[in-house]
Amino acid sequence: MSLITCKNLSFEYDGILAVKDINFSVPDGAYLCVVGENGTGKSTLLKGILRLKKPFQGDIIYNDELTADSIGYLPQQTPIQKDFPASVSEVVLSGCLNSLGLKPFFTRKERNRAKSNMEKLGILHIKNSCYRDLSGGQQQRVLLARALCATKKIIVLDEPAAGLDPIVTQELYEMIYHINNVHQITIVMVSHDIQAAIKYATHILHLQNTQLFFGTTEEYLESNIGEKFIGELNV
Amino acid sequence: MFDLLQEMFSYPFMLRAFLVGTPIALCASLLGVSLVLKRYAMIGDGLSHVGFGALALAAALNASPLTVSIPIVVVAAFLLLRLSENSKIKGDAAISLISTGSLAIGVMVISLSSGMNTDVSNYLFGSILSMSQNDVLISFGLSIIVIVIFVLFYNRIFAVTFDENFAKATGTNIRAFNMIIAFLTALVIVVGMRLMGALLITSLIVFPALTAMRLAKRFFTVTLNSALVSIICLWSGLILSYKYSTPTGASIVICNIMAFVIYSIIQKIRDTIIREK
Ligand SMILES: Nc1ncnc2c1ncn2[C@@H]1O[C@H](COP(=O)(O)OP(=O)(O)OP(=O)(O)O)[C@@H](O)[C@H]1O
Ligand SMILES: [Mg+2]
Repeated sequence: MSLITCKNLSFEYDGILAVKDINFSVPDGAYLCVVGENGTGKSTLLKGILRLKKPFQGDIIYNDELTADSIGYLPQQTPIQKDFPASVSEVVLSGCLNSLGLKPFFTRKERNRAKSNMEKLGILHIKNSCYRDLSGGQQQRVLLARALCATKKIIVLDEPAAGLDPIVTQELYEMIYHINNVHQITIVMVSHDIQAAIKYATHILHLQNTQLFFGTTEEYLESNIGEKFIGELNV
Repeated sequence: MFDLLQEMFSYPFMLRAFLVGTPIALCASLLGVSLVLKRYAMIGDGLSHVGFGALALAAALNASPLTVSIPIVVVAAFLLLRLSENSKIKGDAAISLISTGSLAIGVMVISLSSGMNTDVSNYLFGSILSMSQNDVLISFGLSIIVIVIFVLFYNRIFAVTFDENFAKATGTNIRAFNMIIAFLTALVIVVGMRLMGALLITSLIVFPALTAMRLAKRFFTVTLNSALVSIICLWSGLILSYKYSTPTGASIVICNIMAFVIYSIIQKIRDTIIREK
């Protein structure tokens, strides 16, 4: 069963095609890494999947189980959040909003969900700290906890490790792998870290303003594209 | 002090100023937190200028000020929101076009119809004498609407303010919430303008939020502090203005400036203490 299927998808900005001819599907439970060089349309594709940007052509078909309240999202940080006065628990709890329905306030159920996700990511002890005073790695964990609160099926991450040191990056990747492996949440992640992508991902999508490759990680390692891209980075 | 208060409240217009001002200050400060954090404070400024134009028009047409200005300002609010959301147009430049444009239209209308008189200066700088019994009722009614909506949607307002894209991607209708915020802002500005004046009403929105952010670190405490600061500054401003016969709007803004300075000093002190620990 696939959660998301893209058919002949393309996106444009002001009449200029940013990325075109995208055809792939995300199987339930997969860990899909989207790789490619800067400016090749990775973030644009994610925005399309998240319904933040309308496709220029083609279709995105969502599985019926994939309602808006089963998608979590970890965006690249916006400048606004950097000086925003909010506590860790306020940010994480806001992820539960989409399961609230018409109720105006959070109940114990949502609070417990937020708490258990903070525990999972090891940020429960800083739950009353101010978000803007945290380190970059801690902030990413907070945003990941919020994404976990929002999701039942899939998490979409845009370069979650940008700006983190190697050790924290490893920890973050382990957590994401754990979420995929143990909690059966599908992962769609943009990453520039090809080594980590090969290590953890089940599927790879390689973009260069068009689709160069889509398939399983094993197939990618054997393909010309994969060999070339990984080879370049290893030199 | 007590005597002063007693004497002050023996004047019906002073009592009315307190009754109108308190709920307005409360609403303005609640909305202000979201507007300031979303970088939408300019919208408030633009709206107050549109409000001035609308009041001038109402005076020229001999129509009731609120029935003319509320629809005009609400429409302007949606328009300004569209402009700020649309990154292709230079949002801030477009807002200053609209605000200076409405100011000019207002001044033209006034000079063609009645000439500059005290009414105009009341619109620009506010006057507690212009408050009627009706204003008290309207401002109470509107404030209750604003507060109820704010409380019911508090969690959604937080989410939309903190991260619009996340809220949208996970199924919140951010369009609707931005419209609600713009609509409520328009109402607060129209009603508050009579007291504060078109030129100063934005301060009621911006100052308390910025002051609260000096010290508070949670969205919730920022909101509470902002409301508290706003009401205290309004009261002290009214007392100041009564005691020294200074213009109301300006006196309230002066109190807000003082609160901002006090909070900033406390912040500095607190930060040095934390650093030395
Ligand atoms: N808001 C925008 N307006 C106009 N063009 C844009 C906009 N955002 C992206 N583009 C263009 O679309 C193309 C793809 O951009 P995108 O952000 O998707 O790249 P990316 O693969 O995520 O790059 P990076 O690795 O640097 O994050 C780029 O050529 C970029 O110039
Ligand atoms: Mg990108």
